[in-house]
Parts: sequence; structure tokens; C-alpha cells
Amino acid sequence: MSLGAWLRNHPAALERAYLFTHRLFERLDPLFARMGYERAERLVRWPEELGKKLVFDCRMCGQCILHSTGMTCPMTCPKNLRNGPCGGVRGNGHCEVKPEMRCVWVEAYERSRAMPRFGDEIALIQPPVNRRLQGTSAWINMLTGVDARTPRGWEMGSQA
Amino acid sequence: MSENREGFLAGSRLERVLRSGRFAVTAELNPPDSADPQEVYDAALVLSQVCDAINATDASGAHCHMSSVAICALLTRAGYEPVYQVSCRDRNRIAIQGDLLGAAAMGVRNVLCLTGDDVTAGDQPEAKRVFDFDSIQLLRTARIMRDRGVFLSGRKLTTPPRFFLGAASNPFVPPYDWRPLRLAKKVEAGANFIQTQYCFDIARFREFMRRVRDLGLHEKVYILVGVGPLRSEKAAEFMRTKVPGVHIPDAIVERLRKTPKPRKREEGKRICIEIIQQVREIEGVAGIHVMAYRQEELVAEIVEEAGLLPRPLRVGAADERRREHPRKWPRR
Repeated sequence: MSLGAWLRNHPAALERAYLFTHRLFERLDPLFARMGYERAERLVRWPEELGKKLVFDCRMCGQCILHSTGMTCPMTCPKNLRNGPCGGVRGNGHCEVKPEMRCVWVEAYERSRAMPRFGDEIALIQPPVNRRLQGTSAWINMLTGVDARTPRGWEMGSQA
Repeated sequence: MSENREGFLAGSRLERVLRSGRFAVTAELNPPDSADPQEVYDAALVLSQVCDAINATDASGAHCHMSSVAICALLTRAGYEPVYQVSCRDRNRIAIQGDLLGAAAMGVRNVLCLTGDDVTAGDQPEAKRVFDFDSIQLLRTARIMRDRGVFLSGRKLTTPPRFFLGAASNPFVPPYDWRPLRLAKKVEAGANFIQTQYCFDIARFREFMRRVRDLGLHEKVYILVGVGPLRSEKAAEFMRTKVPGVHIPDAIVERLRKTPKPRKREEGKRICIEIIQQVREIEGVAGIHVMAYRQEELVAEIVEEAGLLPRPLRVGAADERRREHPRKWPRR
């Protein structure tokens, strides 16, 4: 079993690591703001990519929702689903598209149950992906708020 | 929600039947591999006499056929009631929103929002998969267009579409625990009705519905249970191994295997009718959705023998409206 797979099966620890990193970045925010987010992005992006690729097989969508999806990357789902499993999951819990792989969402749901803090966020409705953020640092996008920006119509939908 | 004077979201026949509390029947039309509209009309004519609405599939199983939006346009032209199936596999958000408006302009009032089978399930696995939206994002976008009268971008529509919005549910595959919660998510995103995957496992479905009732979802959404006949144990084996998301218990395959060859077709139909009768008894089930792949001729027999005729149910205003605008039947 790879290091990444081993870590992913300890979601409660990952959740704490997420919270720690989150706070760290918030602390660093004034620094990043002073040096300019574009420069900060160049600095942060590659270690972020390296680390998240290793642990989560990250696809660098630039709008990370790992803590809301059982610390399991939804972009590793061949259909890129962000709101839960499709109806094609096999009886053994494996993926419709890649029979040798367990369904990303079967794992996400299992792991979310072991996450006391963010586990229930798996029930949140996730907005459509902003494809322009592909390849950028999700941490910097979080600090600038660009990852949370949704199309104007989508906002109106949440009040409908 | 934006409801019209009579309190309907779309005023489609399907919506009226379900809101009136009567048991609804929908059926799937097998889309032709043809440029001839007559093939759509031939298939629709049979189905229309035994169901309340006809589903037009969107390249299901990732096999290319006549497009669902075109089939719906043909159906509304002839006065039939379609359910427009939209999958996220082949089109991005720009194409999908345009097609939704186009479908509404053609008189389509029921939309079923789906993720879609992957391209690898079909005969052109080399194709690029899109999945710009997932089914829940698609569902909410359609609701935004209807209720807020805007595109996803916020740009205004001069006339918003009127849709009765549907979504799919598959209680028969993992993660079982989450399936009722995923249904809740779809209801929150805007689902007015649900059509499920094929139901062959009554015990599993009962358990699912128990959770659905606990969550109070059966009072917020109309659930139509997917059913269909199996031609033989070979067909069952093919479906459960090759068609994504279809779960058939061994007991049903075994029952077909034990049936002598000339009676297999009849036995498959009987199983289907038994399932219909059992799901009808389950609280929170609002109707059935018959999918008889390559056995369309059986739909009529199934609906009749399950005691669900006459169809389509008469629903007042929708029928009135049809009388005002006399049907233009296609040349036969």
C-alpha cells in the first residue's frame, strides 16, 4: 500500500492536518498579501502540488473541497463528480469506468463517517467547477476568495 | 418556486397526474438509429396508450441514437408528453442550458437530469467525456432558469422555461447508506420527481424507502420505480454485468434459468408484474417507470396485466389545452 493510500485511510488525522494547514495559511495571509498573491502562488503551487499529489492523487483543480468529501479527491472520480456517486457503482463498490478501482465516493463516504469535524459537509451541494482555476494553488485561491466565487445565477439558486 | 395560477410548476400531464395523487406510469422509448421521424412515432404510438409520459433517453449506455431533444420535439409536435433526459456526459454547461431553453420552446415540460453512463460503456469509448456539470449542478441550474429566470451566469431570460424537474436514483448499488441522503441532496437541488434504476431487489428497495420516509423525502418528491421485463437468464446476466448500475439478485436469474425456454419471456414479464404489485404497496411510491429495452411490445401487456389501465390518465386542463390546439398527427 502506498503512503498516500495509508494516509487516506486515516481521515481523522488528515482532517487535523487540514485544519492545521488552514490556520497556518491564514496566519501567512498578511505576508502573502504584502508580497502579492501572484508571487505567493508561484511559491506555494509546486510544494502544494507535490504534497497533495502524493497523498490525494490531487488533480490541481484549484478549488479544493477535500475536507467536505471525506479527504478523498472528487476529481479522481473519472466523471469528476463533486456531489456524490453516480448510479454506475458496481456491486462490489468499485468504479463503473475503472473496474479495478474502488469508487471514489464509496471511499469518501466511509471516510467522512470517521471525521468528527467536517464529516457532515459531505451533504453540502457543491457548485460547478471553475475550470479557469485548473493548475493553480487552491490554498492561495482560498485566501483570495476566488475559489468560493460562483456564477451569479448559482447564488440566486441557493435562495430559490 | 414559481408556480402558475393553478399552482403547477410546469402543468405537464406527469405533474398533474402525480399531484392529483394518482399512480403514474412512465415508459422509456427506445430511440431509433435513424433519420426518419416515423420510427419515433411508431414507437410512441404504442407507448402513449399505456403510459402518462414517454422518456426520451440521451444516448443511454453511451450508445449514439437520435438525440433526446429532437425526439422530444417530435413527440410534442404530435401531442405526446415527453420526459426529456439530459446527461452530463456529452455537453458542457453552455450547450446544456441552450438545449433546455430549446426544449422548453418545443413544448417540453418534464426534464430528467442525469449524470450519464461513461463513454467506456458504449461503442465509441474513444470519445472525450465532458462532465462539466454533475447531475446535481445540472438540476439546480435548470431550477435557476425556471425559478429565477436567468442563465447560470445571471443573464436574464426574456421568458423562463416551465419545467417539472426530475432526477435519477439508484438504491441498488453502493454506498447503500448514502443513497437516501443523496436523494435528499437532489431534492434540495430542485428535484420534483425521481425515476429509479431497475428494481429487481424488493428487500433492498423497501429498506431504501424506509430511510426515505424517515427523512420525510416521500412528501417532497414523487418517486417512480424503474421496472422492466427480462427476456431470459442470459439477458439478465448481460444486464447485470454489462449495463452500468443494474443489480439483479441471483434468485431472479435462477428463476428464469429453471423456466423452460418457450415460457421464459412470459416468466420475465410475470416477474416484472410481481415487482410492480409489490412496490405499489410501499408507502411513498408514486408510480412506475417501465424500461423494456428491445421489448417495447411487452410494455402494453405489463401495464395492462398489472391493472394500471386506462392510460394516459385524464388531467383536466392539460387535455383542454390540447383540444384548443388540435393535434397535428404526422403523415402515416
